[in-house]
Amino acid sequence: MATQQTQVLGRALLTPAVALLFIWMIVPLVMTIYFSTLHYSLLDAEAWRFVGLENFRYFLTDPAFLTALRNTLVLVGSVLAITILLGTPLALLLDQQVVGRSIVRLMVIAPFFVMPTVSALVWKNLLMHPVSGLFAWIATLVGATPIDWFNDAPLLAVILIVAWQWLPFATLILLTALQSQDEEQKEAAEMDGASALSTFIYLTLPHLARPITVVILIETIFLLTVFAEIFVTTGGGPGLQTTNIAFLIYSQALIQYDVGNASAGGLVAVVIANIVAFFLVRIVGRNLEA
Amino acid sequence: MARRVTARRIWVSTAAAWLFGFLIFLPILWMVLTSFKTELEAFSMPPKFLLFHWTTENYVTVQERSDYLHHAVNSLLIAGGSTLIAMIIAIPAAWSMAFAPTQRTKDILLWMLSTKMMPSVGVLVPIYLIFRDFGLLDRRAGLVMILCLGNLPIVIWMLFTYFKEIPKDILEAARMDGATIGRELVYVLTPMAVPGLASTLLLNFILAWNEAFWTLNLSTSDAAPLTVFIASYSSPEGLFWAKLSAASTLAIAPIIILGWFTQRQLVRGLTFGAVK
Amino acid sequence: MKHVLGVLLGAATLLGTAPSIAQTTLTIATVNNGDMIRMQALTNEFTAKNPDISVKWVTLEENVLRQRVTTDIATKGGQFDVLTIGTYEVPIWAKKNWLVPLDNLGADYDTADLLPKIRDAVSASGKLYAAPFYGESSMVMYRTDLFEKAGLTMPEKPTWDFVIDAAKKLTDKSAGVYGICLRGKAGWGENMAFLTAMSNSFGARWFDEKWEPQFDKPEWKKTLSTYVDLMKAAGPPGASSNGFNENLALFNSGKCAMWIDATVAASFVTNPKDSRVADKVGFALAPNAGLGKNANWLWAWNLAIPAGSKKTVAAEKFIAWATSKDYTKLVASKEGWANVPPGTRTSLYQNPEYLKVAPFAKLTLASIDAADPNKPTVQPVPYVGVQYAAIPEFQGIGTAVGQQFSAALSGSSTVDAALAAAQSATEREMKRAGYIK
Repeated sequence: MATQQTQVLGRALLTPAVALLFIWMIVPLVMTIYFSTLHYSLLDAEAWRFVGLENFRYFLTDPAFLTALRNTLVLVGSVLAITILLGTPLALLLDQQVVGRSIVRLMVIAPFFVMPTVSALVWKNLLMHPVSGLFAWIATLVGATPIDWFNDAPLLAVILIVAWQWLPFATLILLTALQSQDEEQKEAAEMDGASALSTFIYLTLPHLARPITVVILIETIFLLTVFAEIFVTTGGGPGLQTTNIAFLIYSQALIQYDVGNASAGGLVAVVIANIVAFFLVRIVGRNLEA
Repeated sequence: MARRVTARRIWVSTAAAWLFGFLIFLPILWMVLTSFKTELEAFSMPPKFLLFHWTTENYVTVQERSDYLHHAVNSLLIAGGSTLIAMIIAIPAAWSMAFAPTQRTKDILLWMLSTKMMPSVGVLVPIYLIFRDFGLLDRRAGLVMILCLGNLPIVIWMLFTYFKEIPKDILEAARMDGATIGRELVYVLTPMAVPGLASTLLLNFILAWNEAFWTLNLSTSDAAPLTVFIASYSSPEGLFWAKLSAASTLAIAPIIILGWFTQRQLVRGLTFGAVK
Repeated sequence: MKHVLGVLLGAATLLGTAPSIAQTTLTIATVNNGDMIRMQALTNEFTAKNPDISVKWVTLEENVLRQRVTTDIATKGGQFDVLTIGTYEVPIWAKKNWLVPLDNLGADYDTADLLPKIRDAVSASGKLYAAPFYGESSMVMYRTDLFEKAGLTMPEKPTWDFVIDAAKKLTDKSAGVYGICLRGKAGWGENMAFLTAMSNSFGARWFDEKWEPQFDKPEWKKTLSTYVDLMKAAGPPGASSNGFNENLALFNSGKCAMWIDATVAASFVTNPKDSRVADKVGFALAPNAGLGKNANWLWAWNLAIPAGSKKTVAAEKFIAWATSKDYTKLVASKEGWANVPPGTRTSLYQNPEYLKVAPFAKLTLASIDAADPNKPTVQPVPYVGVQYAAIPEFQGIGTAVGQQFSAALSGSSTVDAALAAAQSATEREMKRAGYIK
């Protein structure tokens, strides 16, 4: 299809981006690989020495590692599930005729504009606080004992905060997709006496398959490295209940200042990310073919 | 377009939409309300909704302590600069992938996305050393560069999916008329892609504005954006929730206002190729 | 026209154009605690006296500040001219030659006036490596009204038995009053500061003379189980995420009958602007278990100059100003004596004006005097530090152990399991660092 000329030009146009990203990736990567083979602590930089794969052994045998891996997957999976399951009805609702739609839409997308640090601080101190938070007050109003979020269900609390931040994104993508749906088809189905439910299942849902794939893909990229929300609210605890891979590496890199170990951890995280990406592409990638 | 919608249905959807919208917005609303309370009232139980002693003292305190405008301007320059540069690099790349794809295009795209999955903290020390050696610490240029590179994969991805939807026939028609590829890019493609470009621009501006790891670790004072401003309020000794709320409100106000005026563009183009 | 010019000039300064007169600009990194924010607000007083020096502030939350400053000094990034660091960092960094010794603080600085305990903590081989900005220990703050109502009298040197008993009696969960508020949020400077100090009073220690971790010893078990049981019976909900701030907010809103924490909190809880219970607070020494050690710590925030700074002279001028007797007087004249930075100078505790407005002064001084970083606990230890061990690895280990203990507090782990996990994590880390084989 494409002519020789476009091919050449195409390559020429693509090169800057690829080259830049390549440098961006390769320079820190090479340095990281190099550091990962050293016993190198920032606090004792003079005493660095080559230790081979020792850092990897140390990181992978850390009792926290498997817990962190599990927490990472639970976090990503739950947030994806919540944002899609809530985002779909929300998008359907916003696709209806609604009085003051633009205001409602702004209220729905607003969380996406909030810095992760800020939203974590607000949720922790103003909403989920077991003594003075808004939720605690609502619980006492209905006569229930306030939930002690960061004590009893810390991971759930973090998931809720992150899901709140990403719900607008899912809703927006799904809404955009809905707005492009063929209205006539739907009307025809309604004329034929199809119920709203079956219209949804047989017409709308298949139409949403692609946007849902996109939501999964983009959100996964960001959710694998969730950090600020955990740092601000629980600091990975209590115990290891909210430590994910990113936070585990943080505790090596910036609490322990163990550059060697943090580098090894960073490389492990890249491998995990690629495994996730691999499966993601296999499972949902088909939907992205043009 | 004229679907028969009963008035009752409109009211039901309206009520439901407003309820959900309100619930989702509640945390932000609560934060804004808290920012106008005194520290003692911010912590009071039962909480006070509107009938409290409204005060702007928190905003005064925040302004006295830190130069909000300085941080806001930095945020604007850094987020704006990194987004613009990313667009300039990404448009040709995305064009090339969309209209002159090779067998490796998809692999390159996925590889680009995978660069985003590395936890930033794992490469902090290497990057810090590079920045030190190039004199980029606490320089806006350094932050523009790092955020630009960080968001480039997403920008390329968004533009690529958007370009791909543009019917090839139109381009071929233009080519028949003797348009060169350069002219094709400028006069035919770009105008058609404006909604996509706009939403890409906005989304990445938001992401860059909210980036809180690199901006916090690589800036000190001259280049410090609003994320640093927030970090100075997050956990001081003493009662701090009202002041924190005021600082947070200030930090997100510009971006929310921007979002308000541009939501139509943001919604229209935010497809990631999800719409055929 | 003038107006436009003004705007343009303003914009130009915003964009960071260099000032035209030859000036030294100091970049000062500090913690966002109340006393430092006050110092920041008084900067003009300093620059008015030193017109050739201008000051840029980087005020950050404690954890963020520590990671910024440490990364920068370890990589010699040179971003800061004056650092705010704790007594934990000073000896470690001084040993690495990362800090400039403060030899030129001026004739009227009066180093001898610094509290001996604090001065020792910021000195290495007889030289001052940092100047203390404010110092603190920890003590019991309690509600005199609640004690009176329950017919209890707080002794000046309470024992743990008394504190536990009183906490249980004073708890009235239906009224939202909890007998005792203690730190539970994981972190070496959060729950571990409190728990390590508490463990000292029970005779526990972090390491024996050969650097073997000691969490498998009965003293630690006694400490942790006492703490967990006490908090379960008489602590507030959400205790495992409460740090200094959260507890301060709880105490100020009248929800805690007792609170054991930093002595600097005393001026906050007695300030009627922030506290509902300002006129009902009493103070006592941190509890003991009859072993000769109280559960109180020793800490100071200090100003220091990173080695390699090219602005040493100006930086030292600033440090001398901010930690001088005159600075104390300046704060007193602007904000009242109750708000001066406490815990660094003997002269402050002899000043009748201060003693008049600071009912907590005597106990603050007594608490600071009672802490001994060189002999923190009953048995001998190889490290320096009351609520920490001043070795580089402690931040990481302390935080990991803190996580385990906060899990025990939240009930997601048992005391025994938490201690076992703490022991193995510490052993692992100490082996890696080469202290033990």
